[in-house]
Amino acid sequence: MQEFLQLVVSGIATGGIFASLALALVLIYNAMGLVNFAQGEMAMLATFVAYSLVNRGMSFWIAFPVTLVLAFGGGIVIQRVVIKPAERAPVLTLVIITLGLATLVNGLAGFIWGYVPRSFPSPFSPDSVDLAGVFISYRDLGVIAVSGLVLLCVYLLLQHTTVGLTLRAAAHHPEASRLLGVQVSWMLALGWGLASAVGAVSGMMVAPILLLEPNMMQTIIIYAFAAAVLGGIESPLGAVVGGLIVGVTVNLAGSYIPGVGGDLQLAVGLGIIVAVLILRPNGLFGRAAVRRV
Amino acid sequence: MALLEVRELSVRFGGVVALDRVSFDVDAGQVVALIGPNGAGKTTLFNVITRVYRPSGGTVLVSGRSVQTIRSHHVIRHGLARTFQNVALFRSMTVLDNVLVGDHTQTRSGWLQASVPLPGAVAAESASRKRALEMIDFVGLGAHAERPVATLPFGFQKRVELARALVSKPRLLLLDEPAGGISHEEVDAMARLLRRVHTDLDVTMLLVEHHMAFVMGICDRVVVLDFGKKIAEGSPAEVQRNPAVIEAYLGAA
Ligand SMILES: Nc1ncnc2c1ncn2[C@@H]1O[C@H](COP(=O)(O)OP(=O)(O)O)[C@@H](O)[C@H]1O
Ligand SMILES: [Mg+2]
Repeated sequence: MQEFLQLVVSGIATGGIFASLALALVLIYNAMGLVNFAQGEMAMLATFVAYSLVNRGMSFWIAFPVTLVLAFGGGIVIQRVVIKPAERAPVLTLVIITLGLATLVNGLAGFIWGYVPRSFPSPFSPDSVDLAGVFISYRDLGVIAVSGLVLLCVYLLLQHTTVGLTLRAAAHHPEASRLLGVQVSWMLALGWGLASAVGAVSGMMVAPILLLEPNMMQTIIIYAFAAAVLGGIESPLGAVVGGLIVGVTVNLAGSYIPGVGGDLQLAVGLGIIVAVLILRPNGLFGRAAVRRV
Repeated sequence: MALLEVRELSVRFGGVVALDRVSFDVDAGQVVALIGPNGAGKTTLFNVITRVYRPSGGTVLVSGRSVQTIRSHHVIRHGLARTFQNVALFRSMTVLDNVLVGDHTQTRSGWLQASVPLPGAVAAESASRKRALEMIDFVGLGAHAERPVATLPFGFQKRVELARALVSKPRLLLLDEPAGGISHEEVDAMARLLRRVHTDLDVTMLLVEHHMAFVMGICDRVVVLDFGKKIAEGSPAEVQRNPAVIEAYLGAA
């Protein structure tokens, strides 16, 4: 039982990491109706930026917000430079652009930092706290706290500010929004900035667990897809709940199902994607698809 | 000077001539109906006025200024608002949030203020909520302000869209089939509501409608389009007697 609870808590921590990246995917999906395949690579690049800052002697807790601001700006620049020129292109074209962007960012990181995995310092103590016989590591608690805080901030921004309101409106119905005075194009850029920053959180939280290298996010993005699909791909709350479910499931499956350690864990993530798409295509929080007119 | 001047307006989609040198005016304080069989070009005309489509020829002037020189997200600042034939609401949002989007250009706060709940912004926001709730009351949906619009019947959704358009205090309101697709009782209620929009809120209106009794009840003047051409213009009674209009409607039937 204690082992089970320990696995659940560390699953929630992993889930928070998946949730951040899944939320980033959902933000872009809502804004443009497509999955940004470069989301993981953008997060990886941001993590390398954080790594460089920390390596130059900056404290993690300063490097963290600085990286978020840079990632936010970077997301806006990418939208303006790469996505906006193709704004009216068919969705498939845009999907291919994001795939190209993923390759480009990956290559860029490899070019600058190389492919040798580096250890990324964890800002949290490696010790554990004993809660009634259940040992919970400060690292897990720290990851849960940081992801929880970031997700809360995004929620407050989207649901309780005027910018959040117009951002949702622009994503929802661009033509109508424009006539109500919303600068739709800038709202899309803002969405990219926000997604980029939220995704960067997942990179900085996962890097101490995995090792930092250009391909670090390639398995994480699969879990994030699983989480986003499970949550209904359009729902920010769904992405978060989906992330937690995927994190806990993968963690438990890795320990209790014989043979599912290590590499096969990814198969669990893929299995979730396939099962959701077959059994419940709209996910847990998705609405039945209404055709856009 | 008329509030809205449509001058020799033409719109072509490939080979289709949706509008063919259409001209008419809407004076401040008037309620003008735009009628015509399906495909006559009525919605297209609205789309040109609100900068969704570019004309292939001619101009539209609002208070003497060409709409072509106005960017689409600034249209609202020139006192222009509209509703859509098929209702273009933010479906997953509440009635209140929908109307708040319509109001957001009134709260003249900057980016930072709008995203961080500073005291000034909070005050501006509560003023904005107050205006939105008043407008929701005005259209008779006071009891439904917190409901997601997707859960409301179509007739209610039309009124939400009306409230969202009105909250920006437009001078000219374009209504695309305000009585389309709603029940008989709701049609009468909508006619009464629009009369109040005209008298109480002092809004000039140009509306597309098929419902003849509805048009007769609230409009001063009628412009008739058929296959993109203006075929008649006059009082509702004149237009109803006009042989070309009768022909267009019978021909379409
Ligand atoms: N975006 C568009 N692309 C191509 N043709 C269009 C477009 N919008 C309208 N049309 C055509 O223009 C004509 C007028 O349409 P519309 O303005 O919607 O008519 P109405 O609102 O009077 O029923 C129709 O023939 C329609 O098919
Ligand atoms: Mg129409």
